[in-house]
Amino acid sequence: MSPKPVFAGKDIVSVRDLSREGIDHILDVAETMEPLAKSGSDMLRGKIMATLFFEASTRTRLSFESAMSRLGGTSLGFSETKGTSVEKGENLADTVRVVENYADVLIVRHPLEGAARMAAEFSKIPVINAGSGAEEHPTQALLDLYTIRKARGSIDGTSVGLIGDLRYGRTVHSLAYALSQYKVNLFLISPEILRMRREVLEEVSNRVHVKESTSLRELLPELDVIYMTRIQKERFADLAEYEKVKGSYRLTAQELSKARKDSIVMHPLPRVDEVAPDVDNTKHAKYFEQVWYGLVLRMGVLALVLGAA
Amino acid sequence: MSRSSKELYVKKIKNGTVIDHISAGHALDVLKILGIDGREGHTVSVAMNVLSEKQSKKDIVKVESRELAPGEVDKIALIAPGATINIIRDYEVAEKTRVKLPDVIKGIIRCANPSCVSNAGEPVEPRFTVERTDPLKMRCYYCARIMEKQDVLKQFYA
Ligand SMILES: [Zn+2]
Repeated sequence: MSPKPVFAGKDIVSVRDLSREGIDHILDVAETMEPLAKSGSDMLRGKIMATLFFEASTRTRLSFESAMSRLGGTSLGFSETKGTSVEKGENLADTVRVVENYADVLIVRHPLEGAARMAAEFSKIPVINAGSGAEEHPTQALLDLYTIRKARGSIDGTSVGLIGDLRYGRTVHSLAYALSQYKVNLFLISPEILRMRREVLEEVSNRVHVKESTSLRELLPELDVIYMTRIQKERFADLAEYEKVKGSYRLTAQELSKARKDSIVMHPLPRVDEVAPDVDNTKHAKYFEQVWYGLVLRMGVLALVLGAA
Repeated sequence: MSRSSKELYVKKIKNGTVIDHISAGHALDVLKILGIDGREGHTVSVAMNVLSEKQSKKDIVKVESRELAPGEVDKIALIAPGATINIIRDYEVAEKTRVKLPDVIKGIIRCANPSCVSNAGEPVEPRFTVERTDPLKMRCYYCARIMEKQDVLKQFYA
């Protein structure tokens, strides 16, 4: 057996940096966090997490803060740049070199792509990327993998459909990349103009079997995981085109009767109308469980980079 | 093709640089990247679509009284990965090097992604890892955006 990957003191910037062994280890540690998320723990007592959110993302911040609290640690930081030195024109590199003195781990969210990578370069303490520009968001991809593993027992052997905006969606790129570390069949289902970016497609299709399609209806019976994403109106020059595709990716309970019995429906939330409310009460719906798994996953990641797990 | 017939296209120079084996059609791009537009006063000769010894087409650029700096050689490697640089002193080849793209490119070009942190006035140098040399494919260390030959050329023509 190869030695376990070491994460103490490391940054979590991109899933592209993680090997399959690394991902598996993170998911294993997350598993051990589930009871602690319920009972509470003092595993990270005395540790401080700083959240540097240069753009608002209340959900992500709450998830990290809750994860830290449940492990007995504390949090400080800002959730918007109003009233901070950033508003006075301070650059990210300086902000990082100031705030790192107050904390043991930095959670960075920033409108510029590559911001977390740069923050990690300047920081002496671990940096966790909570979203940089249109770029990926590694803890989201990891919690998605964790959800699949929990629901199906294994990620290998699953047929995963990524549906909706595959071009601009922040989450699907890193998820596709992370999934390509496993033995999966990947179905990329999107309107023509929102197809998966070429560079992501090239990389992913080198590792796993990929099929692109515009029709969810046709492929639904083949999917174990139905990963829905929001299609934004702003992406379309022609509104009639939007109305047409919008309807074709609207998942309802009735539609799901044609899906595999044990298939699961996931969504990074917030949803608009791509998953109908009547899906919530079916056994397929996993999107609220995803939120819980996000919490335990982030507990696991914090414990790992702070050297407690 | 013999050495003498090659010189039918471009005559020998006394001092300066001969950039040979440029991918056919890219001689003007090489001049552009070097910032040479003819107003510097150097004698510049350009030959395009010349048959090489291997009977494939190539371009040649000769710049008199000017030797290339190492940073300039890296720039040429970005768009003409097979080029050779001959430094000529007193009609003789004093140095001959094949351009070689380093694994990591620092500082000489910007990331094509306007939302990249390396374009935002932060104290960092643009940095790319070369994933493929021909055709060029490199990835921004910061934002992970893929850059290809056209992205590089665009910067010099902007
Ligand atoms: Zn970049």
